[in-house]
Amino acid sequence: MDKIKRQLTSSSKATRQDRIGKLVAFLCTFLIGLLVVSIFYMVASRGLATFFKDHVSLWDFLSHQNWNPSQVGKDGTPEVGALPMIVGSFSVTVLSAILATPFAVSMALFMTEIAPKRGQKVLQPVIELLVGIPSVVYGFVGLTIVVPVVRALGGGTGFGILSGTLVLFVMVLPTITSMYVDSLRSVPGFYREAALALGATRWQSIYKVILRASVPGLLTAIIFGMARAFGEALAVQMVIGNASLLPHDLISPASTLTSVLTTGIGNTVMGTLPNNALWSLALILLLMSLAFNLLVRVIGSKGRLTK
Amino acid sequence: MNAKRIDKLATAVISLLVGVVVLILLSLIGYILVTGLPHISWHFLTSPSQAFLKGGGIGDQLFNSFYLLVLTLVISFPIALGAGIYLFEYAPKNWVTNTIRVAIEVLSSLPSVVVGLFGFLLFVVEFKLGFSILSGAIALTFFNLPLLTRSIENSLTAVPKLQREAGLALGFSRWQTVLGVIFPEALPGILTAVILSAGRIFGEAAALIYTAGQSAPILNFANWNPFSPTSPLNPMRPAETLAVHIWKINSEGIMPDASAVSAGASAVLIVVVLLFNFSARWLGNRIYRKITASK
Amino acid sequence: MKRIIGVILAVGILAVGLVGCGTKKGHAITIVGSTALQPLVERAASNYQLVNSNVAITVQGGGSGTGLSQVQSGAVTIGNSDVFAEDQEGIKAAKLVDHKVAVVGITPIVNKKVTVKNLTAKQLRQIFTGKITNWQQVGGKKQKITVINRSQGSGIRNTFEAIVLAGKTALRSQEQDSNGTVQKIVAATPGAISYTSFSYVNDQVKALNLNGVQPIAANVMTNAWPIWSYEHMYTKGKPDVQTKQFLNYVRSPKNQKTLITDLGYISIHDMKVTRDYHGNLRHK
Repeated sequence: MDKIKRQLTSSSKATRQDRIGKLVAFLCTFLIGLLVVSIFYMVASRGLATFFKDHVSLWDFLSHQNWNPSQVGKDGTPEVGALPMIVGSFSVTVLSAILATPFAVSMALFMTEIAPKRGQKVLQPVIELLVGIPSVVYGFVGLTIVVPVVRALGGGTGFGILSGTLVLFVMVLPTITSMYVDSLRSVPGFYREAALALGATRWQSIYKVILRASVPGLLTAIIFGMARAFGEALAVQMVIGNASLLPHDLISPASTLTSVLTTGIGNTVMGTLPNNALWSLALILLLMSLAFNLLVRVIGSKGRLTK
Repeated sequence: MNAKRIDKLATAVISLLVGVVVLILLSLIGYILVTGLPHISWHFLTSPSQAFLKGGGIGDQLFNSFYLLVLTLVISFPIALGAGIYLFEYAPKNWVTNTIRVAIEVLSSLPSVVVGLFGFLLFVVEFKLGFSILSGAIALTFFNLPLLTRSIENSLTAVPKLQREAGLALGFSRWQTVLGVIFPEALPGILTAVILSAGRIFGEAAALIYTAGQSAPILNFANWNPFSPTSPLNPMRPAETLAVHIWKINSEGIMPDASAVSAGASAVLIVVVLLFNFSARWLGNRIYRKITASK
Repeated sequence: MKRIIGVILAVGILAVGLVGCGTKKGHAITIVGSTALQPLVERAASNYQLVNSNVAITVQGGGSGTGLSQVQSGAVTIGNSDVFAEDQEGIKAAKLVDHKVAVVGITPIVNKKVTVKNLTAKQLRQIFTGKITNWQQVGGKKQKITVINRSQGSGIRNTFEAIVLAGKTALRSQEQDSNGTVQKIVAATPGAISYTSFSYVNDQVKALNLNGVQPIAANVMTNAWPIWSYEHMYTKGKPDVQTKQFLNYVRSPKNQKTLITDLGYISIHDMKVTRDYHGNLRHK
């Protein structure tokens, strides 16, 4: 009797397993969260020191155009104007995403809707290889091919936002494509079947149904691509010219947050203003990507088909 | 214009754009291989590198890259799998889950140099792991995790709901359903995600410069005791990977054949990624066939 | 399935276990800093360890700033630097001991198609401050000058600006942080000018004479070629015995004669002048 009672009231092996599994899985997720918090804490504590310890005004930091942290400007405050880098980062990121999106959408549609078998076989390795090429190699191909071509076509030195955009375009393409492929695959099959049953052509079903159903997925994919573009340092650094000048056109040397960060960090001493100022740039990188992510959530929840 | 013609036109445009991408990739790979392959020889692949003399190889760097890749995957895959399963199966729909999702996305957009410096401050200096493969593997785990987690969750979600319902209907617990029914079905997708991330790990340089370091002490390949400093298996030794080596010789290399070594090393990197992809795909299909009932 | 997860877990635990036991034998010297000095020290370290197997030396790059701040905080044994600790903001130079191990000569380089062969110090200064913008103004072809500077705060830029610019601020232009990249960009960009250490001058670029003096080691030794700097290895306080032995090895005449000159540096023993961090010269 007791035995049966115990069996009935105590949880089964499967339930216990389930609880443990849930706990382990949660701990993994928690670990990632913890990691993000600690990185944020570190970047923020160093990045904010520029404003609280060295008393640089936030507005000056965001709006001034002179970047020379080890020197004091005419008005007696250190020259830490990050505007050229902010503009540079935004420009290459947005332009490369705009350029890459039609290609990525085509690739993803080709792989899922138009020729799933053949497309999958040929394009999947294409995407993986594009990811596999290290950014250093992209940088040097950019330097030996893209920069001279831009110089020949556009004039100037060839270094600048246009070259950076072209290099980043190839680098973000696989990210956007593979993310979008996942989201296209998760569009239920009966959407397609319903559209086709109504007499729609393939393009009509793609354009009117599938693309719309996958808008949130596409936006996420683009954001992920932009995130990669934002964080990319080594490749962009080689082709953008690294001049802390406010870009006036696409073919004059400019700089990005990451390129200044990478080149400068080894030459500065922890705890000093030039170092803190670089961490402030890193903080901007973090905050901008956070803002993008939040934006995509808003768009995503508004664009969902089923409310 | 009628719907049929628009359909044809759209298909043509899509195919054209796809063709352009394939062409870009082919010319990229072609360029790298044409400039690099002539420099590859058995000697190049197996001998240690030279700092300033001609004729250096990439043997140690090649091994380091593989070892680091394995170690990174060993650390990051279980965590990413756990997190992916949690987000897919257990996570309640509330602000906590949302925050975690945003956190993961932010983590993936961290510039790798920041990850590297974070790893340097925390693991190399604070935890006294020194410049080591282990520090490098942990740093790589940081930025491998978000991508991997996200892809695993996506692969799990892509499995038809019917499978999950069938599992639960058979009286399986959620854990058993995920592990026994959904996971095998999602395995090829997960493997693709692992390969994609492996490609990134293999080519990553910026995060490793400050963690795994940029020097390759001479290794003794006869010494397989993981505690000896000259053993290739010792996870506590500094290790320059292939990608870091390419970066280093391009930025500060003064050997007379620097550009040749760089081109050769890039070609090797591409070939490795290529081989890796094809073998993993083949393996993925085999595992899929073995653990599911499909032929 | 369980088996696979089990294996993964086991390997993971094993890896963590190895970490705990990864003890180091003998004496460990960690050296971090200047990427320009790294190949030299790396090479010297591996030669040194062949005869002194009880010492484990790790050499890493990271930049002069990293080297100095890490040696100051005590995280590493030796910090490599291209600049005097006195010149680096945030470093308490009094606590560090300077060991000068080599001298590096720095030369302006131009694209090969530039016809100019010699510049005066004033012309060079005017190019880098943006007063001269066309090669025509210094006797060359009619072509725009593309100035490629080095990264702010880098040792080579500090040296160059201290000696060539004489207190003037450089114009805002492209910046690159490594010798190799600068060399490639100058080789590929028409009308480009930049500067690198002697060892990075190859047949792809052209080194310029300054005031008619050739950029060669012999001219650096007498300071006839004025653009040069020391390579420093800093220790926090006096080095311990093992570290001192290694530093002595690096500075030994034998090592200086072979390794240092092989790598394109100039031996400190060959210098006929010394320079302190204020820039004051003294003849030996």
